[in-house]
Amino acid sequence: MRIPLSWLREFAAVPAGATAEDVMAELVKVGFEEEAVHRPTDALRGPVVVGQVLSIVKEPQTNGKTINWCQVRVVPEGHAQTLTGEGIDPSGVQGIICGAHNFVEGDKVVVTLPGAVLPGDFRISARKTYGHLSAGMIASVRELGIGEDHDGILVLSRIGLDPEIGTDAMDLLGLYDEAAEINVTPDRGYAFSIRGAAREYAHATGTSFTDPASKVQAPAELSGGHGVKLNDDAPIYGKPGCDRFVARTIRGVDAARPTPPWMSSRLRLAGIRSISLPVDISNYVMLELGQPTHCYDLDKLSGDIVVRRAVAGEKITTLDDKERTLDVEDLLITDGSGAIGIAGVMGGAATEVSDSTSNVLVEAAHFDEVSIGRSRRRHKLPSEASKRFERGVDWHVADIAAQRVADLLVELAGGVADQAGTDVGTAPDAVTITLPAAFAAQRIGIDFTEEQITTSLVDLGAVVEKTDGGWTVTAPSWRNDLETKEDLSEEIARLVGYENIPATLPVAPPGRGLTRVQQQRRRLIQALADAGLTEVLAYPFVSKAANDTFGVAEQGAARSAVKLANPISEEHGYLRTSMLPGLIEVAKRNHSRGFRDLALFESGLVFLPGETVGTPSIPPLGVKPSDEVLDALYDGVPDQPLYVAAVLTGHDSPAAAGHTPRLWDWSDALDIARLAGDVLGVEVVVSQGSHQAFHPGRAAQLSLRTGEVVGYAGELHPKLLAAHDMPARSVALEFNADALFEAAADVIVARHISTFPVATQDVALVVPQDIPADRVLEALREGAGELLEDVALFDVYAGKGIEEGKKSLAFGLRFRATDRTLTADEASAARESAVALAAERFGAVQR
Amino acid sequence: MTETLPGAAIPNPTDEAAITAAVDQAIAAIAGAGTLDELKAVRLAHTGEKSPLSLANREIGKLAKDQKAVAGKLMGASRGKVNKALADRTAELEAENDARILLEETVDVTAAPRRRRAGARHPLSTLQDRVADIFVGMGWEIAEGPEVESEWFNFDALNFKPDHPAREMQDTFFVEPPEAHLLMRTHTSPVQVRSMLEREVPIYVLCPGKVFRTDELDATHTPVFHQFEGLAIDKHLSMADLRGTLEHFARQMFGDEAQIRLRPNYFPFTEPSAELDIWHPGAKGGPRWIEWGGCGMVNPNVLRAAGIDPDIYSGFAFGMGIERTLMFRNEVGDMRDMIEGDVRFSEHFGMEI
Repeated sequence: MRIPLSWLREFAAVPAGATAEDVMAELVKVGFEEEAVHRPTDALRGPVVVGQVLSIVKEPQTNGKTINWCQVRVVPEGHAQTLTGEGIDPSGVQGIICGAHNFVEGDKVVVTLPGAVLPGDFRISARKTYGHLSAGMIASVRELGIGEDHDGILVLSRIGLDPEIGTDAMDLLGLYDEAAEINVTPDRGYAFSIRGAAREYAHATGTSFTDPASKVQAPAELSGGHGVKLNDDAPIYGKPGCDRFVARTIRGVDAARPTPPWMSSRLRLAGIRSISLPVDISNYVMLELGQPTHCYDLDKLSGDIVVRRAVAGEKITTLDDKERTLDVEDLLITDGSGAIGIAGVMGGAATEVSDSTSNVLVEAAHFDEVSIGRSRRRHKLPSEASKRFERGVDWHVADIAAQRVADLLVELAGGVADQAGTDVGTAPDAVTITLPAAFAAQRIGIDFTEEQITTSLVDLGAVVEKTDGGWTVTAPSWRNDLETKEDLSEEIARLVGYENIPATLPVAPPGRGLTRVQQQRRRLIQALADAGLTEVLAYPFVSKAANDTFGVAEQGAARSAVKLANPISEEHGYLRTSMLPGLIEVAKRNHSRGFRDLALFESGLVFLPGETVGTPSIPPLGVKPSDEVLDALYDGVPDQPLYVAAVLTGHDSPAAAGHTPRLWDWSDALDIARLAGDVLGVEVVVSQGSHQAFHPGRAAQLSLRTGEVVGYAGELHPKLLAAHDMPARSVALEFNADALFEAAADVIVARHISTFPVATQDVALVVPQDIPADRVLEALREGAGELLEDVALFDVYAGKGIEEGKKSLAFGLRFRATDRTLTADEASAARESAVALAAERFGAVQR
Repeated sequence: MTETLPGAAIPNPTDEAAITAAVDQAIAAIAGAGTLDELKAVRLAHTGEKSPLSLANREIGKLAKDQKAVAGKLMGASRGKVNKALADRTAELEAENDARILLEETVDVTAAPRRRRAGARHPLSTLQDRVADIFVGMGWEIAEGPEVESEWFNFDALNFKPDHPAREMQDTFFVEPPEAHLLMRTHTSPVQVRSMLEREVPIYVLCPGKVFRTDELDATHTPVFHQFEGLAIDKHLSMADLRGTLEHFARQMFGDEAQIRLRPNYFPFTEPSAELDIWHPGAKGGPRWIEWGGCGMVNPNVLRAAGIDPDIYSGFAFGMGIERTLMFRNEVGDMRDMIEGDVRFSEHFGMEI
C-alpha cells in the first residue's frame, strides 16, 4: 500500500517536516514493514514553471519535419524575472524550440527552464539547435514522469487548469508530494486504505486521528433507487456472496472532464493510473475508504441488477476486452442482458463508462472474501478491488463510499445525484469477544494495567464493556481479523509496544540429546568429509530421464517418481529418486570452472512414491483428525529415505614433488561405501552388480548381511559419462543411509583378546575367472573354523603358468587359539580344511 | 694394512716402559682414527694377534713363575686400557656417524606433498548442526519430517484457512495430481504439527530442514533453502518466554553483545505474531538491525488440530532461515554461492563455521 503523505495528513497529525521514511519508521512499530519511498523530486528538479506561449513560428526542416520556434512568457507581464542563471532570460520570455504541434499561441504550458533536471537525469540547458538558442523545454507528461502520453506537450487548460504565468508547476501538479509504501499483511485488509493507514499512524505515534468516513454526509436510509436483488443460491461455506449492495444514481455528468491534478497526483503516487474522471473518482474513494466501488453507464444497463452465481457456460467480456467463460461458483453482477461484472473482481465492457456517459450508477457492495478470492484465482485477475474484498472490507462503509463517489461526481463532473438510492442486504452480526482480565498479561508476559488494555482496544475502534471477570469486546466492523482473545492480546501488545515485552528463559524438561539416527547421520557425513570428500547440496529437481536412468537398476524400466504440478522448469519437473543426477551437475559445474579433480558427496532425501499418493481430501483446520484420517494422511506421504551419494573424478590428490597422484578408480567408490559401513558399525557386503548407470563389468551391488540391497558403487557407464560430458572413468556410489542406520547393532558384545602367538599361512588357489574373490574368501573363512582369526586377499594373478580362463587368488590366513599356542600341524590342518571347502565349492586347486 | 708395526720388536711383558710405550702408541692411534674404518685398522694393529701387545701377552707363558704374576697384571691393565679406549672411540665415532647420516637425511619439510587431505562440510550443514547443538544444550530435542508433505500438515493444521490469501504468499510447489493434496513443504512447521501429534506435552523441539518455494534462483532467492523452527508447548508459556529463548539463542550464536527486536507481524499459526530482528554490530556498512525470522505464540487452532487443549497449554514458535543466517553471520554475499556446489565455497569453510 502506497500512502501519499499529503493525503495521510488530512486525517492524521503527521509533523510538517516528516518524510516518507519518517512515516514508515512509525508504521513499522505497529506491524507494517517498509517497502519503498516514492518521491518525484528524487528524479525531477526545477525550475519548472507555468509559461504562456506568446508566438509560434513554424520552420520546415530539410528532413521534412517542421519545428516550432516559440516565445514563451514565464514571468507575468510587468514582473521581473527573479531567477538567474545561464540561459534564463531576464526579460521573462524564453525562446524555445518545440517539435510538438498540439498547442497554439496563448496556451499555458509547463516550461522546464535551464537548470532543471527531468527523470532519467535529463538536464535542461540553453543550447543551440535548428539555428536558434533554445533556452528550456515545453514539457509533456511523459517527460515530467507523470504519465505515459507522449503525443504532445501538456496544455494546462486541457486538464482544467488556468494558473498564473510563472507558477511553480511542480507544486501545481503535486510533484512535491511523496508516498510511503508499506507491506500490509494479509490479515489487515483495512490497511489498504488511507483510512486504515491514518488510524495505524495514530496508534504508532499516539496522536489524533480523524476518520475520513466521518467527513461524508450519507443519508441514514436509501430507498427508491435502481432495483437490486441479491439472489445467491449457492453460498460458499454458507456465507452469501453479497450481503450488501448500495447503488446511487448521478445524472448529467460530464465524464470527459479532466481529472484535477490534486487527484491524479495522489492516484499516481498511490500507483494507480489515471483513466477517466469517473473511474479516477471511484479509485480515489477506494484508496481513501478501502471500499471498492464501480461506476456503470446507467443508460447501458437493462433493467434491475441481480447478484447471483454464474450458470454453466455463461460468458462475459470484462473491462480488459477479454471474453471469459464463467464458473458456476463465480459471483456475478447481472442485468437483463446477462453478466455485467464478475463481482468484486472486474466489471464488464458492455456497461463501462465512457467519455459520452452522462448518467452513472455507482455500486458499493460488500462481498464474501472467499468467493472473491476464488474468482480472482480462477480468472487470474488480481485487481485493486479483489485485493481488498479478499481480505475483507468494512460492511458499514459501503453507503459512505457510494455517497463520496456521488459527491465527487457532482463536484468534479458536474452531475446531480438522485435523492433516491438503493441499499439492500443484511449486516453481519458484530463479533463480540470475552477477554478474561488476566489473559493478555499471561499470554504476553507484560503486567498490563486495566487502562492500557481498555485504551488500546478503544483506540482500535472496539467497544469495550467491563464484566465481572474482565471485558466483553465488540470488534470494530473493519477488523474482520479480530475473533479471539488471542487476537485481542496481540492488539494490546502491539499498541503498548512489543519493545516492552520482558525476557524470561523457560527451562525445558531433561532431554534425550540427539537421537541415535541423528548421531549416526552426523558421524557418517563427518566421516566422508574427513575422508577427503567435499559435501555439496544440489536441488532435488530432476528430469524424468535422469530418474529413469539413475533411479532404477534395469534399463528400460520407468522409475515411479513424484511429479511437480508447477515446477520452476518443465525439464526438471520431477523429484529425485537418486542423488547422482544432482551430483553430476555439480561436478560438471566445477569442471567448467577449472576444477578437474573432484570427490563430491551429498546426503539428502529421495522421493519414492508407493501405491498410495496423497489423500483425496484433507480434514478441516482447528480440530484433531481421527486416528484413521491421520493414518491416511501419513500413508499418503511418499517414502523419503535419506540417501548418500558420491561422485569422484580425476585424481585423488594434487601432484607434488615426490608424490604422484592416483586416478580415482572403481575400487575407491567401493572403499568409500565400505568406510561408510565401518563408521556405522555395519558390514557392507559387496558383490558383482548390475545397474544401467554403471559400467556393466565394474559395478558393485552393496547389500547388508541380510541380503537387502542398499546401493551401488563403481565406475559410471562410459556412454553415460560421454553423454554427460564427464571425464571417462569417473566413479560413483550411492546407498540408502537409513537402511544402514537401521542395520547398526544396538549393543556390541566384546570379544576375548587372545595373547597367544599367531600362526600365519598363505595359500594360492586357482579358480575359474568368474568366481568372485569375495566368495572364495568366505569359503576359506567358513572352512578354516574357529582357529582362523583373519583372512585377506593379497594378490590376484592370471596369465603365464595359469590355465586359460582361470585366475590365482592368494590369501593370507592368520590363526590363533584363545587357550594355547598353536602347533604348526594344527594351523596346517585348519588351512587344509579351509582349502577343502573352497575346492568343494569352486573347484579351487592349490598352486 | 699391516698386522704388526713394521720393524717393531716384541716387547717384554715385564718391561713396563716398553709396554706403556706400546699402550701409549695404541691409544694415540685410536684417538687419531677419524672414521670407523680407520679405527678398525687401528684395532687390528694394536689388539690383533700380531700386535705388540698380543705378542707380548703371548710371551707371558714363557716367563718364570714369579714373573708371570707381574707380567699378567701389567698386561691385563694395559690391554684393558687399550680396549676401553677402543670402545670409547668406537662409541664416539658411531655417534658421529649416526649424526652425520641423520644430517645427510635432511629434507625440505616445506616441500612435503599432501597426500591425505580432509574434505569439507557444506557450511549450511555445519551451521545446522551448530544451531541444533545450542538447543540440545538447552534440553530441547531435534525433530525431523518429510519434505514432500500432506497439504494438511503444511497449511490446514497450521490454521491457514483454505481460501485465505496467506496460503498463496507461500509460493507452493504442488505435487501431481493436485487432488492428492501433496506439496513440498514451504516451511518446517509441518514437523511441529507432527511433533505435537507424536509427543507428550511438554514439548520443546527444534525442527531444522529443507523447505521449498517457487522462487527463481538469484542473488537473494532460491527455490530450495533451509530453515530451523522451534516449538515449545508447556503450561504458562508467554511471549516473554519466547523473547528470553530467542535472546539466549542469539547470544549463543553471535556472542553476549547480541540483541534482538520483535515487531508486530502476521502468521496464521501464531497469535500474537512477531518479526524477529537481530542487531548486527559487524554488518557491512555499519551496525544495523537485520530481519532474521518470524515468531509468535502458537495459535489455539494449531494446538486443537494436534489435540492439545489451548485452555491448559500455551506455546511459542519461531523460525529462521539458515541461508540468511549464514549470509549475515559469515558475510556470504550471493545466495548462488551456497547453491551451486563450487568446491571452493565449501572447502574455504572446511569443517568449521
